[in-house]
Amino acid sequence: MLNLYTLKLNFMSKTGFLHSSIGKKFVMGLTGLFLISFLVVHVGINACIFIPDNGETFNAAAHFMATNPVIRVMEIGLFAGLLLHIYQALILTLENKKARPIAYAKVNGAANSKWYSRSMGVLGSLLLLFLVVHLSHFWVDTKVAVFSGKADEHNTYVEMQEVFSHIWVVAIYLFGVGSLLFHLLHGFQSAFQTLGLNHKKYTPLIKKIGIWYSVIVCLLFALMPIVMFMRGMNN
Amino acid sequence: MSHGNMNLTLKVWKQKNKNEKGRFETIEAKGISPDMSFLEMFDVVNEKLINEGKEPIAFDHDCREGICGMCSMYINGQPHGPKQGVTTCQLHMRSFKDGDTIVVEPWRSAAFPVIKDLAVDRSSFDRIMAAGGFVSVNTGNVKDANNILIPKDDADTAFAAAACIGCGACVAACKNSSAMLFVSAKVSQFALLPQGQIEKQDRVLNMVRQMDEEGFGNCTNTGACEAECPKGISLENIARMNREYMGASFTQNK
Amino acid sequence: MASSTKLNSRIPEGVLENKWTKYRSTVHLVNPSNKRSLEVLVVGSGLAGASAAATLAEMGYKVKVFCFQDSPRRAHSIAAQGGVNAAKNYQNDGDSIYRLFYDTIKGGDYRSREANVHRLAEVSGNIIDQCVGQGVPFAREYGGTLSNRSFGGTQVQRTFYAAGQTGQQLLLGAYSALQRQVGMGAVTMLSRHEMLDIVNIDGKARGIIARDLVTGKLERHFGHAVLLCTGGYGNVFFLSTNAMGSNVTAAWKAHKKGAFFGNPCYTQIHPTCIPVSGDHQSKLTLMSESLRNDGRIWVPKKKDDNRKPTDIPEEERDYYLERRYPAFGNLVPRDVASRAAKERCDAGYGVGASKLAVYLDFTFNTERYGKIEAAKKNLHNPSKDEIMRLGKEVVKEKYGNLFDMYAQITGENPYETPMRIYPAVHYTMGGLWVDYNLMTTVPGLYALGEANFSDHGANRLGASALMQGLADGYFVIPYTIGDYLSEEIRTKAIPTDHPAFVEAEKNVQDNISKLLGIKGTKSVDHFHKKLGKIMWDKCGMARNKEGLTSAIEEIKQLRKEFWSDVRVLGDANEFNPELEKAARVADFLELGELMCIDALHRNESCGGHFREEFQTEEGEAMRDDANFSYVAAWEFKEESKFELHKEELKYENIKIAQRSYK
Repeated sequence: MLNLYTLKLNFMSKTGFLHSSIGKKFVMGLTGLFLISFLVVHVGINACIFIPDNGETFNAAAHFMATNPVIRVMEIGLFAGLLLHIYQALILTLENKKARPIAYAKVNGAANSKWYSRSMGVLGSLLLLFLVVHLSHFWVDTKVAVFSGKADEHNTYVEMQEVFSHIWVVAIYLFGVGSLLFHLLHGFQSAFQTLGLNHKKYTPLIKKIGIWYSVIVCLLFALMPIVMFMRGMNN
Repeated sequence: MSHGNMNLTLKVWKQKNKNEKGRFETIEAKGISPDMSFLEMFDVVNEKLINEGKEPIAFDHDCREGICGMCSMYINGQPHGPKQGVTTCQLHMRSFKDGDTIVVEPWRSAAFPVIKDLAVDRSSFDRIMAAGGFVSVNTGNVKDANNILIPKDDADTAFAAAACIGCGACVAACKNSSAMLFVSAKVSQFALLPQGQIEKQDRVLNMVRQMDEEGFGNCTNTGACEAECPKGISLENIARMNREYMGASFTQNK
Repeated sequence: MASSTKLNSRIPEGVLENKWTKYRSTVHLVNPSNKRSLEVLVVGSGLAGASAAATLAEMGYKVKVFCFQDSPRRAHSIAAQGGVNAAKNYQNDGDSIYRLFYDTIKGGDYRSREANVHRLAEVSGNIIDQCVGQGVPFAREYGGTLSNRSFGGTQVQRTFYAAGQTGQQLLLGAYSALQRQVGMGAVTMLSRHEMLDIVNIDGKARGIIARDLVTGKLERHFGHAVLLCTGGYGNVFFLSTNAMGSNVTAAWKAHKKGAFFGNPCYTQIHPTCIPVSGDHQSKLTLMSESLRNDGRIWVPKKKDDNRKPTDIPEEERDYYLERRYPAFGNLVPRDVASRAAKERCDAGYGVGASKLAVYLDFTFNTERYGKIEAAKKNLHNPSKDEIMRLGKEVVKEKYGNLFDMYAQITGENPYETPMRIYPAVHYTMGGLWVDYNLMTTVPGLYALGEANFSDHGANRLGASALMQGLADGYFVIPYTIGDYLSEEIRTKAIPTDHPAFVEAEKNVQDNISKLLGIKGTKSVDHFHKKLGKIMWDKCGMARNKEGLTSAIEEIKQLRKEFWSDVRVLGDANEFNPELEKAARVADFLELGELMCIDALHRNESCGGHFREEFQTEEGEAMRDDANFSYVAAWEFKEESKFELHKEELKYENIKIAQRSYK
């Protein structure tokens, strides 16, 4: 019989898996990959704006995402994953700071690693800030509409047009997407390494896929505010 | 006593003992030959300091041929200096230019407290080894060597991991002071060999637990350790240890 | 000649082949519960020390280990490159225990004990088994079996190896076993501790005084027995392939407390080291003997030939080892190869800026390997470049790390141009005199590994140091120590406030205060370099009466200067590497004198000891078996006064012959 108490002991106790350095990294990697998979859905739906039908397809998809019960349950999972990713990152960062109480006077990091690999905390924090802006722009409004029963009337496409009519908003979004790009460039392949998936044959492929994924996803995200802004100018 | 014609400015960390605060001291190194090793340059500097009645700079070193792992200087922002694949004792002054300023610091990690100047205490590595870095076989308790057949590739990969000299450059290079490369090299060596299979779960669990207790940071896969490792220990070992650790954590019957 | 009554070698009676087996089966044992109350101190954590400590702890003894380095894993055994010999006959090339025994006695120029060497050959196979069991990653063939290479002084392939890092892998195996015992609480490990004196009580070794090198505190440690596994004393020459910290202090203090010093003048000069590049040089780097498998040694036939080596045509090269020793060629033993190199350089055929170097050339074998590879790849009529490219890949796989090291140190590319090599001090066959049990002349005080004099005679064969260190630690001392400790089961631990401990500590303290108090004008290195030069010039590869006589006086003078003019800064109660060095050099300054005395008294040439007065017309070493077939064991009387005791060497199984590799 599965003994929950023992299981808890094995994984959650002070000496358990989740308290170990590798366990914590495991959580980071797993939640990271989960968020990476979410981005595919997100960018897929958003890409519908590129269909020249005045946002009809896009709105239909957005409506589906906002109201479908399965998606809404998954959304809770998504937030949980995000929060876990952030929480664990904070813990890890604090521990890492403690592991080197006196900093080096001179560090030549460029000689042995990529700047963005060393800046995941900063990039993540920027992303978090951007996410607050982003959620307040779209997610909050959508939620308000859904909970007040006006989901059918809510036109996300129009909302996007409004938001992206300001050049500084476009700039913030581009900056946010830039942070995402570098966060992903490291995060994608790093997650595989953390989960122990490193193999002479496959790792070069994983690394390549990671780069392509990061570039394509971020390019599509970046095009959205630009296209919307241009469309607004043309109107 | 003149040896060569390079003149350098050293900014060296001086610290009386682990309790007192340290500071940088600027020391001129004159008449340095490009054929000297970095440590021989320090010998010259120390000789000069002694002649001036000043206390020489304390640093760890022993074999001076890149295998004992005792030398440990963080030179111009990199462990073992600018050349990759060598230890400080094998770094030669021809890697520097006349007039250079060189900043020399000790390994910095909570798990490697400074003993004096550039010498640090790396006994945390020994404790990790004592926690599981072995095959439990008493002397005499073995069979004929050729009764254990090992595929050449496995033996070679195990050897590549076992080539670790335990110098701690991986910890020094890592922005998080993580010891994952060191620990994973030993875990990998045994995980790859039939002799290591019996204890593989306990080994990885115990060694990682000890590593965490020693106060090393967490690996964020920047790859700095691999790039700075004088023996070219591969990141694959870290992935292997992650696998071994997860496997042991999820399946161990305890 | 009869052996001195003060030397009881305790060699068991009986047929050579059965001596060890019989002795092992009849030696006194200590029962498990008594082992728990017997304490053993092990000084040094190299192959001998780590393997002995781990094994004794496994058996149940309480063990304390001391090493001056920051971790037991740093001991200089780690730097051994080439391999470890064992009479496994895995290559089916006619190897056997007898052949390894014979090769070692002959290689040692008939100056070692038959019984010890035979025991060494007997347990050699167990060492490989043990190391493989521990997970030491030896090189393997595609079928999964262990691989072998050949080494100097033998005609079989019996050397097991792990690339160019065999010593490292073996030491890490022993270190792992040691750390396992540390983890289980059976061994107390004291790193950064240096033994500075032995404590004798009632004529038996009962403990040591050690200095905690971090705090400078002197500590007293009691032990029912003390094992010195402290390596060799090659650093008396200042420049050697030894580690910077390698020293004679433990052995020398033991010597001054009653342990006789055996054959101090037997020094091994290794033929293939990277030549000295300038007066800043702090140590010399070895290029493994295994390179002589595939490299050919030569000098130009013309004197002062300043052409680039690659410009010197084949017919103008003198492959002098192949010329002089056709049977063994480039694989003659180390002493022979070293002397031959010196002979050529002294005659004016040396190469490089200093003219103190010969070439070690891989072109021939690179080409041979290239042709084999081309055939494997079914390339017909490959170009010369293609062959060399393929060959270089093979050479790289075999010796890559050594070639890289050479390039790093010299700034030259050894794949393109031959290496320049010259002999350098590498190993000391001499050491504390021990009996068959590895016990010195002080009861309860043992010496293992390079620290003792026992198995290599006047010259050690390549890949035998690792073998001996591990044999002593894993397979000899665990049995032989029972002979002594079984008599000690009633001895309670002696409290360290015993007057003998107090006095020993005071002497150490006084010595340290004296060193710090001189406040002279010259650094420790200044004296060490001077001593090294005297030793290298007059007690090095070739010695003569005149040189040795003057060396003894020069060393005495230098010692006087040292004790009046050395400058040691810093305090006693802190981490003070200069103070450590000073104490070690002080001991080298005494040892150097004894080495010269020993070399002067031995009026013959044998192995690593070459007296210019005693050579054949062809320049080969000339032994004098009638008068010098003995171990010279020196007893310390007072400063500069040593009494010679002789242990006669009896050869009952081997016919002594003039050593020939022609």
